[in-house]
Amino acid sequence: MTPLFDGIASFAQGRDSRKFSIEEAVRDCLARIENLDPQLGAFLSLNPNAVNRARQLDNRMARNPAQSPFYGYPVAIKDNLHVAGMPTTCASRMLANYRPLENATVVDRLLKAGAVILGKTNMDEFAMGSSTENSAMGVTRNPWDTRRVPGGSSGGSAVAVASDMAPMALGSDTGGSIRQPAAFCGVLGLKPTYGRISRYGLVAFSSSLDQIGPFARHAQDALEMMLVLSGPDGRDMTVASRNPEEMRRDFASEVRGMVIGMPEEFFSDGLDDGVRSSLERAREVLAADGAIFRPVRLPSAQYGINVYYIIATSEAASNLSRYDGVRYGYRSLKASNIRDLYTHTRQEGFGPEVKRRILLGTFALSAGYQDQYYRKAQQVQSLIREEFDRAFHEVDMVFAPTTPTPPFLFGEKSSDPLAMYLSDIYTISANLAGLPALSVPSWPTAEGLPVGAQLIGPAWSEGRLLKVASVLEEAVGVCRPPMTGERQGGEAA
Amino acid sequence: MNPEFEMVVGLEVHTQLLTRSKLFCRCENRFGAAPNTLVCPVCLGHPGVLPVLNEEAVRLGIRLGLALGCTVHTRSVFDRKHYFYPDLPKGYQISQFTHPLLTGGSLSVRSGEGVREIRLHRIHMEEDAGKNLHAGIRDASHVDLNRAGVPLLEIVSEPDIRTPEEAVDYLKKLRQILRAIGISDGNMEEGSFRCDANVSLRRKGTSAFGTKVEIKNMNSFRFVQKALVHECDRQSALLERGERVVSETRLFDSSTGKTLSMRSKEEALDYRYFPEPDLPPLVLDPTWIAEERANLPELPQERVLKLSEELGIREEDAEALLLEEDLSRYFEEARGVVVRYAKEGGWPVELGTGRLVNFILSEVLREWNRKGARILSGDLCPEEVAYLVAQVVEERISLNQAKEVYVLAVESLRSPRAVIKEHNLSQESGEEKLGEWIQEVLAENPAEVRSYREGKERVFGFLVGQVMKKSGGKANPQKANLLLKDYLSR
Repeated sequence: MTPLFDGIASFAQGRDSRKFSIEEAVRDCLARIENLDPQLGAFLSLNPNAVNRARQLDNRMARNPAQSPFYGYPVAIKDNLHVAGMPTTCASRMLANYRPLENATVVDRLLKAGAVILGKTNMDEFAMGSSTENSAMGVTRNPWDTRRVPGGSSGGSAVAVASDMAPMALGSDTGGSIRQPAAFCGVLGLKPTYGRISRYGLVAFSSSLDQIGPFARHAQDALEMMLVLSGPDGRDMTVASRNPEEMRRDFASEVRGMVIGMPEEFFSDGLDDGVRSSLERAREVLAADGAIFRPVRLPSAQYGINVYYIIATSEAASNLSRYDGVRYGYRSLKASNIRDLYTHTRQEGFGPEVKRRILLGTFALSAGYQDQYYRKAQQVQSLIREEFDRAFHEVDMVFAPTTPTPPFLFGEKSSDPLAMYLSDIYTISANLAGLPALSVPSWPTAEGLPVGAQLIGPAWSEGRLLKVASVLEEAVGVCRPPMTGERQGGEAA
Repeated sequence: MNPEFEMVVGLEVHTQLLTRSKLFCRCENRFGAAPNTLVCPVCLGHPGVLPVLNEEAVRLGIRLGLALGCTVHTRSVFDRKHYFYPDLPKGYQISQFTHPLLTGGSLSVRSGEGVREIRLHRIHMEEDAGKNLHAGIRDASHVDLNRAGVPLLEIVSEPDIRTPEEAVDYLKKLRQILRAIGISDGNMEEGSFRCDANVSLRRKGTSAFGTKVEIKNMNSFRFVQKALVHECDRQSALLERGERVVSETRLFDSSTGKTLSMRSKEEALDYRYFPEPDLPPLVLDPTWIAEERANLPELPQERVLKLSEELGIREEDAEALLLEEDLSRYFEEARGVVVRYAKEGGWPVELGTGRLVNFILSEVLREWNRKGARILSGDLCPEEVAYLVAQVVEERISLNQAKEVYVLAVESLRSPRAVIKEHNLSQESGEEKLGEWIQEVLAENPAEVRSYREGKERVFGFLVGQVMKKSGGKANPQKANLLLKDYLSR
């Protein structure tokens, strides 16, 4: 079961040379979903119009040549992003029957570029979790070892790309929810600079940290998608007025002479040996390409988890207030007055992790505790930001592991929230500082489990991060889980 | 209220802004549409939506700040204020807490015979909530979210108000300014202008504040007055009995004129304010503020000074004329006609405008207040009032006669001309006829004439009255006065 194409360049070439039609490309993905997804559980819903749309695009292309590399490109969308006409469940009972009235801005832009949406992918409920085990809709399995979690919260999107069910997918990253599952599933995942991409139509978890980003097999593909997704949007005032084209320019820059920082705080005792040696090999490759490695200090990063679980939960408790059973979504049938309606609806509609975070966040913002928790967390957040700023005076980007360990087993951490929270220890500080960061596959461990190398750059440096990622991508070579059928990379391209 | 106490009141006014669309979405901002027809995913608080700030609402906020002499902050911040209520779609209201758009400023209000400055604490922007509907629905409540997201300014005064009258005048002055600068229609019945009061008492001469009580649900100026009087009496009675005032929120019940406890301070909500992450801080370009300053229309207080100077009338009268737009428009129209009469009759226009001001502020305003409405059918139009005033100036009828004509004309739905004609009203100014009546009165009241001549000048009024009576009200009072003095001194 070899995919028809590998990456956007090979897709565009095959499409334009009529090697395959868009319909065939989409059907190819759908066939793989039909084959693999019963075991993997990446998708929560499929787009019933995918084939129709592909056919329409084919017809249109018969008259006018495709204008965008994305014309006809199949993509999967995390189920916290609105696609009009399909459910947005956030993998929660609360929104099990919710249908959005309009597209997310990112979905609008993908559709405008000609993309074909395959379906919506599983996730931790309301994006709260690191293993997709918090989904109310079912389990998603890691294609490298189905006893293991795919990571989270964007586990479904990572699995969809890792197993070639979709060549690309969208996820959202609040504390590592793109990069951590990307690392666990052996694909590239990018969390852009805060303010690079409109969040309109992304169901909010923590508004000041959330950012939408792509999963891809190739850095080039991620770049192309970033160019489609990025830029000001009249519907999100937190988007900066940056020209996305700067990323294409930066992607063309040279790795030779780049200064890459190694923060010792990210290579401390908690790091798994397999991950450590994989990253060492990655470092050697980059150094051989002319990158200059230099130690940097990010001492406050170790407080990232503490800060994150105050700020993110405070905002989450606020953002999730709207799920009250009054206007849409789940409504408890037990209630006979308004107070009960709130209580029962939220008790029955939310899962345990969501409730835990609502309680944490409500507490952190409550009168008498704000100064101790929320304010203090904001102060430490500023420190983390300043340390990164200082580091970027000396280095072009920071090199670190994405996760402390390779993918863990189901249930291994689900009963211990703290252990689960710690799996995001290396990814969180980029969110707190609003910085772009990506995870790119490094060499798998001796046990054959994927490892992610993380690159964190100064604001708006996505292009350069992707450039460095492309060097690693080439060095590591084909990175496909065994169950999806082996196939040589670069064949179609 | 025990006169040893002094009341201390601070007012919080919420005014809706006259923008075309809501504060954070493009839905129409309009009162009176069918329920839930002016809504969209943003103001319904759907998942995934984000607020986009309406610049026009900010502009109106800047204008109010400039009109009230506030500091307009070039950087202000939106915050989320959390509570659960069905009319609040997101479970939080977007408001401004630690860094409001405007601080400081003041408003001068009439206090007895004088004027007092009421300082303003702050003015901030926020979104309105929807409305819960209970009436006429069995076993359920309905929610109308047309109002959800309508832009509001909350105007918070310092606790500088000392009497219910000051409070009402504060509200009237504020509303007048809102209307003059075109940012609100100030309609209390439709809820576009709402007021809460913080009320406490303290012993006169002391400076510490007493325990304050918040009063809500006063939806007319009259109710504000009533609620404050009642609340002061209630607190005063408590304090006199040696009891304590409880810090709480009370609702004014217009059917009983009393305030009722709604919730105590212990039950007060924890709003968990924090900066709204979906909106960057609001940063204003100083040139924008300067532009708004340059475009600000003439403010009511400036118009009062100008009018009082121009017409030579008291500031109070000018203020009364300008306080309500209906009244000032009525006055301006009538004034134009008086000017024409003056030109035709060859008399100085000041003679007419002074009388016109008095006539409108007494007769016309009394009639309006009696009916509780402005310019009704049956009411006299400005031209007709100008005609009456001209008749008085030209001494064809007396002022008292003019007042009678006004009342009769309003009641009978007829023109003043017709009323004058029917009742054969006219004024006698001729010395011959007046002299006749005077001589008769003097002859009939020898004792009073004697006392007057012995120095009891108070008797004079009585004699004038007798002359008026004898003339059947037709004697020109001024002329009769002069002539009577003349006769008595002979």
